[in-house]
Amino acid sequence: MTVTVESRASKQAKKVALWLTTFVLMLVMCLPGLWVVLSAFRPNREILAKPPVWIPEEITLDNFGKIFGFGAEQVGIPVGSYFTNSLVIALTSTVIALIIGVAGGYSFARYRFRFKGGIFLGLMLFRAVPGIALSMPVFMMWSRLGLVDTKMGLIIVYVSLNVPFTIWLIDGFFRQIPQALSEAAQVDGCTRWQAFWKIEFPLAKSGIAAAGVFAFLTSWNEFALASQLTRSTDSKTLPVGLLDFTAQFTIDWAGMCALAVVIIIPALILTFIVQKHLIAGLTFGGVKG
Amino acid sequence: MAEITLEKVVKKYGALGVVHGIDLTIAHQEFVVLVGPSGCGKSTTLRMIAGLEDITGGLVRIGGQVVNDLPPRKRNISMVFQNYALYPHMNVRDNLGFGLKIAGQSPAEITRRVAEAADILGLAPLLDRTPAELSGGQRQRVAMGRAIVRNPDAFLFDEPLSNLDAKLRGQMRAEIKKLHQKVKTTVVYVTHDQVEAMTLADRIVVMRDGQIEQVGTPMEVFNHPVSTFVATFIGSPPMNLLPGTIAGQTVRLADGTEVPVPDRLKDFVHDGMAVQLGIRPDDISPVGHGLSQDGPGAEVALTVDLAEPLGMESLIYTRLAGQEVQAKLYGPRIAAPGEVLTFRLALDRAHLFDAATGKSVRVR
Repeated sequence: MTVTVESRASKQAKKVALWLTTFVLMLVMCLPGLWVVLSAFRPNREILAKPPVWIPEEITLDNFGKIFGFGAEQVGIPVGSYFTNSLVIALTSTVIALIIGVAGGYSFARYRFRFKGGIFLGLMLFRAVPGIALSMPVFMMWSRLGLVDTKMGLIIVYVSLNVPFTIWLIDGFFRQIPQALSEAAQVDGCTRWQAFWKIEFPLAKSGIAAAGVFAFLTSWNEFALASQLTRSTDSKTLPVGLLDFTAQFTIDWAGMCALAVVIIIPALILTFIVQKHLIAGLTFGGVKG
Repeated sequence: MAEITLEKVVKKYGALGVVHGIDLTIAHQEFVVLVGPSGCGKSTTLRMIAGLEDITGGLVRIGGQVVNDLPPRKRNISMVFQNYALYPHMNVRDNLGFGLKIAGQSPAEITRRVAEAADILGLAPLLDRTPAELSGGQRQRVAMGRAIVRNPDAFLFDEPLSNLDAKLRGQMRAEIKKLHQKVKTTVVYVTHDQVEAMTLADRIVVMRDGQIEQVGTPMEVFNHPVSTFVATFIGSPPMNLLPGTIAGQTVRLADGTEVPVPDRLKDFVHDGMAVQLGIRPDDISPVGHGLSQDGPGAEVALTVDLAEPLGMESLIYTRLAGQEVQAKLYGPRIAAPGEVLTFRLALDRAHLFDAATGKSVRVR
C-alpha cells in the first residue's frame, strides 16, 4: 500500500515539476512579446522608467496615432508605404512560390524523371544555406541588374527562399493522394489536366494552404535580406521600417513597438485561420518517407 | 459490340519486360478473368487495356478500333480499382455522376442515371454520404455503380475484392456475378484468387511471368491443366505432384510404388519417360469416403500424419511414395493421426506431366 501511495506522490511531484518547467520556459519565450505589446500602448517615459513599470499606469493609442499619421504627435516615417510594400511583396512572392511549389511538388510526387533524387536533395540543401550568407553576392548581382531597392528584386529573393519548402510540403501532400484517384477520373472521362484540377488539387488544398501561409510569413517577417536590398519607400518592408525609429541619439521604443504589433497582427490572424490546415500540413509532411 | 483483342501485346519498363507478347480475344459480353500470382503481368495487361499504361508493342483493339494511342477517356471503358478510388471530397451521388458531368450530360439525365445505378446496387439510401462514412462493401458497390452508370463498352476490374474480409468477399463476388447477368457487358477481371477466377469467369486466362499459360473455361482449366503451374494454381488445396518414371504400363514412383498409367494417357507416354503424376486431394480418399468409387483406381494403405476436420469433410496429410500429399476424407468421420487407412487413387482423373518441361503429356 505504502509503495503505491509513495509512487503516486512522486508522480504528482513529477507532474508539478513538469508544469513548472513549462511555465518558466513559456515565460522566457513570451515575455519579450508581452513587453512589445505592452509597450505599444504606453508612452515612452513609462517604457524607459527605472525600475520598470510592469502594470501600465495609462493605456494610450497615441503610439498608433503617431505612426499612422493621426493624433497630435507625428513621426516622419512612411508606415503606409512600408505596409503596402510588405503586402505586395509577401503576397506576390507567396503566389509565385505556390504556383512553382504545386507544379514542382506534383512532379516530384507523380513523375519519374532523370536526376529526380539529386534535384530534390539539391533543393533541400539549398534550404540549409543561411540566406544572409548569400546576401553579398545577391546584392552585387542585383545592383548590376538594377534590382536593388525594387519590389521585384525582393520578390525574386523570397520566391527562391520559399520554393524548396513549398515543393517539399506539397510533394508530401500529393504523395498521400492515391494515384488511382486520378486514374479513375481519367477513365471517367477527364483529361489529365481535368483530373488534376477536379480531384487532386481539391484534396491537396489544405497542404497548399499550409505551404502558402509558411511562405507568406517567411516573406512578411524577413529582415536580414530586406535590410540589404532595400533603400527607400519604393521597396522597404515593415521589418526594415522598424529601424527608422532609431535615430542617432534616441530610439523611439513606443513607436517601434506599435509598429511591431502592426506587423504581428496580420501574421497572427492568418495563422489562426489556417491553424487546422497548418497542423495537418506539418504532420502530413512529417510522415512521408 | 465491344470485343477486346490483344495482339502480341508487349510491355517493357526500360529493359525489364513485364508482358511478353500476349494474344487474347475477349468476346462481346464475355466475362474473362486474368489470374496468376503477383508479378505475372495481369494487372499491367488490364491497365494497358484501360489506357493507364503505355503499350510497348503489339495492338489492343476495343470494338474493332485500335486504341493503342487513345487516352483512357476515349476508350469508353470503366474500371473498378483495388482500393475503390472513390473521390473522398464528393458524396456518393457526385461520385456516381462525376463521369456523366464531365461528359456534359444534363442535370436531369445525370439524376436519372445515377438513380438507376443506385437502384441496381441498392445504394439509394447512401447517396448523400461521403466515402469515409461507408463500409468496405458499400464503397465497393459505389465503385461498381460508378462503373455502370456511364454505360461503357467494357468493365475492367483490378483485384476489386482483395481489400474485403472473407465473408464480404463471398457476398460481393455473388453481386458482381449478378451484376454481369443484369448489365450484359464485356468484363475483364484481374485477380490472384483462383476461387474468384473459377466462380466468376466465362473463361479463365492463367498468366505466368508475362505470358499466357492457359486459356479456357473454368472446368477446362480445372480438368485439363496444361502444366504443373496451372495444375497447382487452380484448385484448392493444390494438386499433389509425385515424380516418377514410366515403366511399361505403369508409373513407377520414387519409392518403387507402381500405379497404372491412366488409359486416356497411355498414348502420350513412352517407356522410361520422366514424369510427374498429378492427382488432386479430392481424388485420394479412404475407401468408402471418396467422391467416385467406380472407374479405374489403385488402392494403397497410408498412414494419417495429420487430419484437419472441416465438418463434412477432412483434409488429411499423409505420405505417398516418400512425399507428403494431401487427401480428402468425405463424410463426418474423424481420422486420427497414426491411423492406417486404405486410400483409393481415382486414376481416371489423374494427370501426367513431362518432368522435364512441366507440361502436360497431352500437349506437345
